[in-house]
Amino acid sequence: MKLLAFETSTRWISVALWCDGACLERREELPNSGSEHLLPWAHALLAEAGVALTQLDGLAFGAGPGGFTGLRLACGVTQGLAWGLDKPVVPVSTLAALALNAGDGDIWTVLDARMNEVYSGVYRVAGDTVSELSPPVCVPPGQIAVSPAPTCGGDGFISYAEALPRSSFIPDLWPTAAAVARLAAPALARGEGLHAAAAQPLYVRDKVALTTAERLARGGVR
Amino acid sequence: MLVLGIESSCDETGLALYDTDRGLLAHALHSQVAMHEDYGGVVPELASRDHIRRLIPLLEAVLTEATCTRKDIDAIAYTAGPGLAGALLVGASFAEGLAGALGVLTLPIHHLEGHLLSPLLAAERPKFPFIALLVSGGHTQLMRVNAIGDYELLGESLDDAAGEAFDKTAKLLGLGYPGGPALARLAEQGQAGRITLPRPMLHSGDLSFSFSGLKTAVLTAVRNGLGAGTQAADLAAEFQEAVTDVLAAKALAACKANGMRQLVVAGGVGANRRLREKLDAAFSHFRGRVFYPELALCTDNGAMIAFCGAQRLLAGDAPVVGTGTFAIRPRWPLADLARPVLTA
Repeated sequence: MKLLAFETSTRWISVALWCDGACLERREELPNSGSEHLLPWAHALLAEAGVALTQLDGLAFGAGPGGFTGLRLACGVTQGLAWGLDKPVVPVSTLAALALNAGDGDIWTVLDARMNEVYSGVYRVAGDTVSELSPPVCVPPGQIAVSPAPTCGGDGFISYAEALPRSSFIPDLWPTAAAVARLAAPALARGEGLHAAAAQPLYVRDKVALTTAERLARGGVR
Repeated sequence: MLVLGIESSCDETGLALYDTDRGLLAHALHSQVAMHEDYGGVVPELASRDHIRRLIPLLEAVLTEATCTRKDIDAIAYTAGPGLAGALLVGASFAEGLAGALGVLTLPIHHLEGHLLSPLLAAERPKFPFIALLVSGGHTQLMRVNAIGDYELLGESLDDAAGEAFDKTAKLLGLGYPGGPALARLAEQGQAGRITLPRPMLHSGDLSFSFSGLKTAVLTAVRNGLGAGTQAADLAAEFQEAVTDVLAAKALAACKANGMRQLVVAGGVGANRRLREKLDAAFSHFRGRVFYPELALCTDNGAMIAFCGAQRLLAGDAPVVGTGTFAIRPRWPLADLARPVLTA
């Protein structure tokens, strides 16, 4: 099983190449954009492993939640590669990937969603599998009164340290392409890969603008 | 050489296949107008979300129409700017990923260069050099086009673009979004001159435009009760007359000042019937000629991007192949565009 994974949902940009259980990764903190690096990194990893693009069994990407622009960067590059190679795609939850990086146990993952909100989800990690105990939601940090798991991680706890309850905090946890690849590989083996067009970001925050009618109802102007 | 063109700079997803020998083989467009209508304007985030859903279905449609396969594609041209950052990034990411998979080169294209060259896709085309009037919701510019990649800005709007003025005025008259075409239809029922509006900068002696004052004059007229019934139609007619008077006069002046008799009109407002009537009349009197893109290619589209990429390839432009490094340019002055570099 060979697959290429992209993760650009946070300011940590990464690309990973999964080769039959071994994983190569390039990762850097790039707050503005990863567009200059994603494909060059992918080519470098493939060259390092001596794998041709056409030998890939599929692709994976961190689908979300996370920064919208980043989600689409990874999704767009993945869609293009996958459609061009005629290979399947596995979209992977960024919060599940972050959880995997924490190791075994139950973890509450929280990423900063800006606009005074967080993306929050609860996961159970056992080896290479992550099960979702509570699906990702986009909520104000103050809305969560009690930590739903014994450990927690994610940059939401840095941005909203005062507002969020805290259990045992694991610092520096991020969704990474290596974790995306580890989660995607068994899914791909089970035949769960999607056609490139069906591989879409998971935004979670779906209300992004008010219609004219809604603005007027709130006393706004046309 | 078969060039795939991808346009996603604003609220239209356009894909096309242009063959350097056989011409335009297929183009497909999805307009988001209906989606943004409820919001009274383009919502950039929603635009981006839609682009990433549409790209592959549209790509498959153009390949089917052209009876080509992915392996026939020799190069991918995509709009790298200017435009909405998030929307541009969708097209750029997909194009670069696809190019990586197919092992073909990419051509990041300037959106306005696409518009400028779009009349060259028509059966009867102008010869270099010519003057171009670019009028859309985002731009009002007069350019001197000497050759592929050799453009000189002669004048532009100091504030609102002509299409933007149309849309904002339509909003003032309660015509919804995007109101430009609706305003033009309302104008057909009215008579210009019954209400008088200024012709901003008509006698400024240069090739600059300004349309925000005109919009304010309409607002004043609406506040004075002239925004309803037959008076609304008269106001719309006068507004359209004012905008097209200025556009036509400056386009003619630009040709005269540069000793040219060919004018190319591009951009959505180029579809306006009254503008075409005035330009045709003025240029026929002047023994000049006006060239328009096909109506379907007046709006944003993938065909102009594929065509522009093909022209750059033919002109000897040699883009960097295979590195996969890319960046979008939401603000990209056309004057920064380099001429094609001839390489051995």
